[in-house]
Amino acid sequence: MRLGVLFSGGKDSTLALHKASEKEEVVCLITLVSQNKESFMFHTPNIDITSLQAEAMGLPLIQKVTEGKPEEELKDLEEAIAQAVKAYKIEGVVSGAVESVYQSERIQRVCSRLGVWCFNPLWKRNQKALLEEIVAKGFKVIISGIFAYPLDRSWLGKEIDKELIEKLVFLGKEFGLSPSGEGGEIETTVLDAPLFKKKIEVLDYETEANGNSGVFRIKRARLTAK
Amino acid sequence: MILVVDMNFKKDSLGFSEFVLPIVAIVEELDECVVRHYSELRQEDLSNCSRIILSGTALKDNTTLNQTEKFEWIKDYDKPILGICAGMQTTGLVFGSRLKKCLEIGMTQITTLMANPLFSSSFKAYALHNYSVQPSPEFDVLAESGKCVQAIKHKQKDIYGVLFHPEVRNKEVIQHFIHAL
Repeated sequence: MRLGVLFSGGKDSTLALHKASEKEEVVCLITLVSQNKESFMFHTPNIDITSLQAEAMGLPLIQKVTEGKPEEELKDLEEAIAQAVKAYKIEGVVSGAVESVYQSERIQRVCSRLGVWCFNPLWKRNQKALLEEIVAKGFKVIISGIFAYPLDRSWLGKEIDKELIEKLVFLGKEFGLSPSGEGGEIETTVLDAPLFKKKIEVLDYETEANGNSGVFRIKRARLTAK
Repeated sequence: MILVVDMNFKKDSLGFSEFVLPIVAIVEELDECVVRHYSELRQEDLSNCSRIILSGTALKDNTTLNQTEKFEWIKDYDKPILGICAGMQTTGLVFGSRLKKCLEIGMTQITTLMANPLFSSSFKAYALHNYSVQPSPEFDVLAESGKCVQAIKHKQKDIYGVLFHPEVRNKEVIQHFIHAL
């Protein structure tokens, strides 16, 4: 089955892509570039890096800008998927949804209207197990956004490893954070993964933080040999 | 031991982790669990378990609805069965029920019509289906949404069907199926 992956460049959509490519044929990536920082559907830091990630995997990328107004952004999603159906003859869509019924039901409705399959291979997965799988599979993932107490600037740019997972799980127990950021507590950017033929090297970045909210913004990056 | 039957369009499909593993995670908190794809069910699988859960599938996956001959064993089975979504639709078809077009996606209000061990009163559940079941006379209707039948029970057997996905937002339905029957 020819599939397109809804791709934000973060750990969940990249792991979903990895799992989809083990079972079916992934032929393109689909990225919504939201101009609304508050969007529950699509906003993520470093969304521009998706073009470099797509190049690293040798996959074509459909990028569509959306104003990110609630519900109206779904029309943009529908148009982007329709474009993938036409250009790459996809029969289905894959998302990295884990817990969010809000996201999942909206993607399902769009897919239903377009008559394409919808798969969520990470759906309801244990969050610690998800993080551990990412590390075990050799993903290089950095924290590119923090949006909850008690996270602060020191977390930005940190690579997710076993030690960091334990810290996130601890904060989950102490402060009710979702360890993998399902509640939007953290956002991530993938710099390397098993499907990457080259890895991403960050050449220049800036961090911007205000209390418990901040982003690690990649200003310049390039692909380098693995 | 609980047998979870994978109802997805093929064995080891991309739908497995979405529609089967969440059920397995709930079952394993309470009991041993074994998983089989419907195409590979053996008599000993049916004999060795204490009850069976038939999984749901992706919205576009209607494969088992066209292969009801593979589920004829349900008619003679005497242990509890819970069919979820495609599992309910397929179970209904085996007993001569009909499918009724009913698209529902997302959180849906469910109203209980008949007292039963799995759920009660009015509650919200996650729906993901193109069809409901117009039950044959063998079934009681346990619950409905504003649009269609949401749960059924065979009048003589402990065979239940829920159209909504309890593994997403109402896992107590699966827990009650394991403990209360």
